[in-house]
Amino acid sequence: MTHAIHVEGLVKRFKGNTALDGVDLTARTGAVLGVLGPNGSGKTTTVRILATLLRPDGGRALVAGHDVVREPHAVRRLIGLTGQYAAVDEDLSGTQNLVLIARLLGFSRPDSRARAAELLDRFALSDAADRAAKTYSGGMRRRLDLAASLVGRPSLLYLDEPTTGLDPHSRNELWDVVRDLVRDGVTVLLTTQYLEEADQLADDIVVLDRGRVISEGTPDQLKTRAGSQVLQVRPVEAARLPEAARIVEAVTGAEVRSGDGAANASVSDTAVLPEVVRRLDDAGVQVAELTLRKPSLDEVFLALTGHTAEPAPAQDDPAGADHTERTHA
Amino acid sequence: MSAVNTAERSPLSAGPATAQRITPLGTVRHGALLTWRSLLKIQRNPEEVLGLTFMPLMFVALFVFVFGEAMMGDWRAYRDLITPGIISQSVIFATIGTGVALNSDIEKGIFDRFRSLPIARSAPLIGAILGDLVRYLLTVIMVVLVAMLIGYRPEGGAVGLVAATAVVMVFAFALCWLSAFMGLLLRTPMAVNIFGSIWMFPLTFASSAFVPTERMPGFMQTFAEFNPVTHVIDAMRALLEGQPAGEPLLWVAGWSVLLTAVFFPLATRAYRRRA
Ligand SMILES: Nc1ncnc2c1ncn2[C@@H]1O[C@H](COP(=O)(O)OP(=O)(O)O)[C@@H](O)[C@H]1O
Ligand SMILES: [Mg+2]
Repeated sequence: MTHAIHVEGLVKRFKGNTALDGVDLTARTGAVLGVLGPNGSGKTTTVRILATLLRPDGGRALVAGHDVVREPHAVRRLIGLTGQYAAVDEDLSGTQNLVLIARLLGFSRPDSRARAAELLDRFALSDAADRAAKTYSGGMRRRLDLAASLVGRPSLLYLDEPTTGLDPHSRNELWDVVRDLVRDGVTVLLTTQYLEEADQLADDIVVLDRGRVISEGTPDQLKTRAGSQVLQVRPVEAARLPEAARIVEAVTGAEVRSGDGAANASVSDTAVLPEVVRRLDDAGVQVAELTLRKPSLDEVFLALTGHTAEPAPAQDDPAGADHTERTHA
Repeated sequence: MSAVNTAERSPLSAGPATAQRITPLGTVRHGALLTWRSLLKIQRNPEEVLGLTFMPLMFVALFVFVFGEAMMGDWRAYRDLITPGIISQSVIFATIGTGVALNSDIEKGIFDRFRSLPIARSAPLIGAILGDLVRYLLTVIMVVLVAMLIGYRPEGGAVGLVAATAVVMVFAFALCWLSAFMGLLLRTPMAVNIFGSIWMFPLTFASSAFVPTERMPGFMQTFAEFNPVTHVIDAMRALLEGQPAGEPLLWVAGWSVLLTAVFFPLATRAYRRRA
């Protein structure tokens, strides 16, 4: 069977800067492939090559069996693209944005209007249908952008960091839309900086780091590898931190990272919690805080690669800064 | 609810790649649709065309009434002299907008969206340029209207006006490829604007627009007489006055062909690379 996406040894260089350094990945038809990676890891570059917007310098990429370089047109007929930044025409209204795309895709005038209305309705933009898109909020723009990528009923949808910069409510809405689409049989390639997002949506995950795939598997496999949760213990007296760390290490068997007055350890089985509490109590270590939280991307990276996720030197989007807060939530 | 993506979706399988080429007719259709987009933008942003003509309008008023008497002893005579100059100046300034708009469409990812669609690759560029020609034409009309408001009635009448408009439009079409090239080459819309202005000012002022070139010092006179804008203005003046415009017309034709021959390929190549 043909895979929806099949990528082998993909290389892309920008003036002395290797953005992709031999990426291999496969998306199963009808599934969601999550591409997880920090800023600058090559997510957007991968998406742009798969969307025929950028030519790779090496390797090859097949979309539904079509080579993106040799048969770009065939690829374009299958895909929908929602880029990292909403690509809506700000001067045009919501309706006009969608009608234009429908007409370009060969819909008749009435069909275009109908399709636009249908999508605007689906994305709760009907009230703003005739307003210029420049009056839309960030969340509305994202929704219009997503609607625009769905006009032609693509069988394969690329979503490049679709929720970066969205508030939790808009993010949850978008997740629901993705789930609906998958139910309808659309194959989705989704890039994200948030482990939680990949966990929520993806059937398979590849982790990108500096243009290389450093890990891949199902979310469960990944979490087993990286630890599904992080146990954090903060003693009341900072002086007793080493002792607390030793106890956590002894119980969980995981490597303990101490910092900021707390001991952190990845745990995959939360059953260890009472044992940790008991041992700390026995040792007389008073605990100010004992929490279980989702690991941050940094911690996943640390577990997978031995180094933390480094932000890209340039082009950091401001929203990237909130990922710590997001994953700890 | 799940009507977002219903049945008619193309199957995710390797089909024949043949029946999917873009026909020339398809290119025309896509180009026309994207021209419609440009026109919609003009319609939804009328203040942009107004803003573009604001400076020429000020120029008509200020130059005619401030310099008119001093230059020619009669502001009416000066009005008649500089109206063609101000028309070409405003259209030439309008060409900067072509590069700026292209640049911002690319920066905002709008061209990425178009390019990810199964449409002719050149269609977005065609749409941008054709839409801009309409913008240039609106600019001409605005300036002519203002000049007429203060009594401008050229000898050549409607025929002369149409012919003069055609001359400046042909030249603007040639020049817009230079602007498009810069828009595709430079990083930000701001940079395009600044660079555009850098060559627009000498081009429009060191010409026969406001003073006869004979009144300029030697080096400037040489430049002005070589300057294509001088020939555009001279041709327009002749046509507006109902006189033969043979020589300047030849110059305009030559310059237009030259500009297009150089910058059309450069712009389309830059477009293929960047957009
Ligand atoms: N057009 C470009 N020119 C030069 N370098 C680029 C360009 N696009 C991306 N890069 C570089 O390639 C690397 C990968 O970028 P990108 O694919 O955008 O990462 P991500 O989307 O994961 O943040 C980064 O180091 C980035 O700076
Ligand atoms: Mg990116």
